[in-house]
Amino acid sequence: MAPEPPLLTMSGITKSFPGVRALDGVDLDVLTGEVHCLLGQNGAGKSTLIKVLAGAHQPDDGTIGWRGEQVTLRSPIAAMRLGIATIYQELDLVEGLSVAENVYLGHEPTSAGFVVRGKDARASTAALLKRLGHPEIDPARLVGELSAAHQQIVSMARALSHDVRLIVMDEPSAALDPDEVDNLFRIVGDLTADGVAVVYISHRLEEIRRIGDRVTVLKDGRAVAGGLPAKSTPTSEVVALMTGRNVEYVFPPRPTHQDLPEPVLEVQGLSRDGEFESLDLTLRPGEIVGLAGLVGSGRSEILETIYGARKPSTGQVLVGGKQLKAGSVRAAVAAGLGLAPEERKAQALLLLESVTRNVSVSSMSRFSYGGWLDRTAERDAARKATRELSLRPDNPSALIRTLSGGNQQKAVLARWLLRGCRVLLLDEPTRGVDVGARAELYAVIRRLADEGLAVLMVSSEVPEVLGLADRVLVLREGRVVHRAPAQELDEHRVLDLVMEGSPAS
Amino acid sequence: MTQPVSPPRDDTPKLSSKAEPAPWRAVVARADVRTLSLLGVLAVLILIGGITKPDEFLDTRNLQLVLTQASVIGVVTVGMTFVIISGGIDLSVGAIVALASVWATTVATQDYGFVGVLFTAVLVGVGCGLVNGVLIAYGAMVPFIATLAMLASARGLALQITDGNTQVVTIDGILDLGERDSYILGVPPLVLMFAVVTIIGWLVLNRTTFGRRTVAVGGNAEATRLAGIDVRRQRLYLYLLSGLCCGIAAFMLIILSGSGQNTNGNLYELDAIAAAIIGGTLLSGGRGTIVGSVLGVLIFTTITNIFALNNLQSDVQQIAKGAIIVAAVLVQRRTANTT
Repeated sequence: MAPEPPLLTMSGITKSFPGVRALDGVDLDVLTGEVHCLLGQNGAGKSTLIKVLAGAHQPDDGTIGWRGEQVTLRSPIAAMRLGIATIYQELDLVEGLSVAENVYLGHEPTSAGFVVRGKDARASTAALLKRLGHPEIDPARLVGELSAAHQQIVSMARALSHDVRLIVMDEPSAALDPDEVDNLFRIVGDLTADGVAVVYISHRLEEIRRIGDRVTVLKDGRAVAGGLPAKSTPTSEVVALMTGRNVEYVFPPRPTHQDLPEPVLEVQGLSRDGEFESLDLTLRPGEIVGLAGLVGSGRSEILETIYGARKPSTGQVLVGGKQLKAGSVRAAVAAGLGLAPEERKAQALLLLESVTRNVSVSSMSRFSYGGWLDRTAERDAARKATRELSLRPDNPSALIRTLSGGNQQKAVLARWLLRGCRVLLLDEPTRGVDVGARAELYAVIRRLADEGLAVLMVSSEVPEVLGLADRVLVLREGRVVHRAPAQELDEHRVLDLVMEGSPAS
Repeated sequence: MTQPVSPPRDDTPKLSSKAEPAPWRAVVARADVRTLSLLGVLAVLILIGGITKPDEFLDTRNLQLVLTQASVIGVVTVGMTFVIISGGIDLSVGAIVALASVWATTVATQDYGFVGVLFTAVLVGVGCGLVNGVLIAYGAMVPFIATLAMLASARGLALQITDGNTQVVTIDGILDLGERDSYILGVPPLVLMFAVVTIIGWLVLNRTTFGRRTVAVGGNAEATRLAGIDVRRQRLYLYLLSGLCCGIAAFMLIILSGSGQNTNGNLYELDAIAAAIIGGTLLSGGRGTIVGSVLGVLIFTTITNIFALNNLQSDVQQIAKGAIIVAAVLVQRRTANTT
């Protein structure tokens, strides 16, 4: 038998948007039944490439071969008909429809061409969910009621409900807990055993090493390496390809704290029913405290409750010794708290607006005289704050949505810097920030702490908490199960605690 | 399970730094294009008017009439623009204008003279806005529903007050403002009032914290709340502002017609929304301009005038208005997509 042709051959794919050449002659070939990893920093062209593959973008140039024949992917439907399914990072499910209705949206099993056979849809959805290792998801439930991890499973079930030969997964593990990730990998393994090819995009290199067969690295719209063996290529080489330079690491050194000043933030017996219980916490200027725990352990809820965005059931928050009015963001901000929330686009940014306006939004009264804005002062102050964090581009008028994730996060930090805040609450500070920009963000956070800010951070990436924080609180099901200086913990210990939950001594 | 992957110090995301000045310029250019295209449409309309009815349309009296008609709905539109930019809607503006105009022209109110009428009109407008604002901001009602309820109640109350009769104004000071004698350099006082409201509206939207907060609430209410801004109070103020504009418009209508009627301000809500939309205000909030809205009002009023001069009935006018709304939105979508 002649060697099988690749399942997919994309060659010389070029795609330009006004002002940007997003893809510049990219080649990608995917074999039947392999896990092909796509690596690259944000802006390298990964998203554009998979959108071309999904039929959502038309390439300006280049050809796409599918099972040996040249094809044109005119629309997402055309790609789906060929058997190419895409699971986007931003899940595209309809929250008001049931699981089964989402899975079969657009290709519902019907009688007489238009009467939806709901029972059939639910039965086959149940079968798909079982295959995906989640028989507990009820096909009749509304998608909006499901957790993010379960929604992702539904997305995957939707992909599998088509006769699929290639699944593109865009950072599927970003919102998942470690055991959920294990399940995801098992599913990927099952799929490839059935001969389905997977194009897997992730920022986490060790995942790629675990499940990947081959790797294609994109940089600045070009494929700088294609089809590298995923398991044996050294990490340093992959990172060097992605960034175009060799790297050393990463977390800024911890200062040795002699005697820290009095606590600026004290949390006493803070609880919220069903989310977290009797949390005690003190935070001194100059230190970074990290909360580690699984998704659903109450991490974000704790930050948002301290910040007043949620009302606690019991307990209190003191800033500088004074009790904060419960459930009032304005009181928290006035007292010197600042939050960089988890969902940056939904919770922090004014996407239609410029950098200046995003930075100044919390400090407008400083630039106003009886409500009248001094726009020059506003702009200068915002520029000073963003320069201090080396935000790029150094243009206060740039629209915030044109910035990279890391620079958007810097704009959020600059907002609180400008406000003169004393306590910074960081919820997943590097979510959506590409690998290359993370180190810079870590350095910025440490520098702010050194300058006297108190930082409370939450991250689902344990190494990030251990690397950046001075002290770590390990959470399990809304309770602190362990407190220790970060140096005394390692990743395994934290994961053990998070899952076993041996109580704090 | 995640190993710390050694991220390097990445100095610049190359693509964005190269494209640095482009987004800024694009915004300015697009804003200009939008305003210019609205001005272009207005110019074409004036041309059409001038060609079809050269004597009548370009007559000073007719132009004064067009501007006067635009003034009343224009003031309402300025308030509406703020509300829409904040992501809300105010369906009750027409009804508030009606209620304010009849409440301010009852025999009892007219006893208090010029100031009494003006004060009552404004107070009724602000009062209705207060009810809208409280229901929406603190009662967590959807703006569409809350203001729809106000539309029905205010119209009903206006009918109850007048019993369907026209309430004639007998105060000379008010009636005089509608006379040609009081025109200042040929400009009717109503048009001047409209100009003042427009200028103040522009300044408030573009130069004050109030305007900035309005845009922020419309762009992303949750982010604005988490930035420490009192979103609910801002929403309350916005419906107060819209009510205030309605009160002023009601007073202008009293000057214009010399009376108060419960049918005043009929369908103003639709005209004001339409004018704001063709002026480039996003119905979903977060973006909009006073200049665009005012041009939208002028375009609509000019069309109405040209059609009337050419003896075309109001049904044709309505069809033309609908077509213009669709065309304007399509054109704007296209300009938005080019980025």
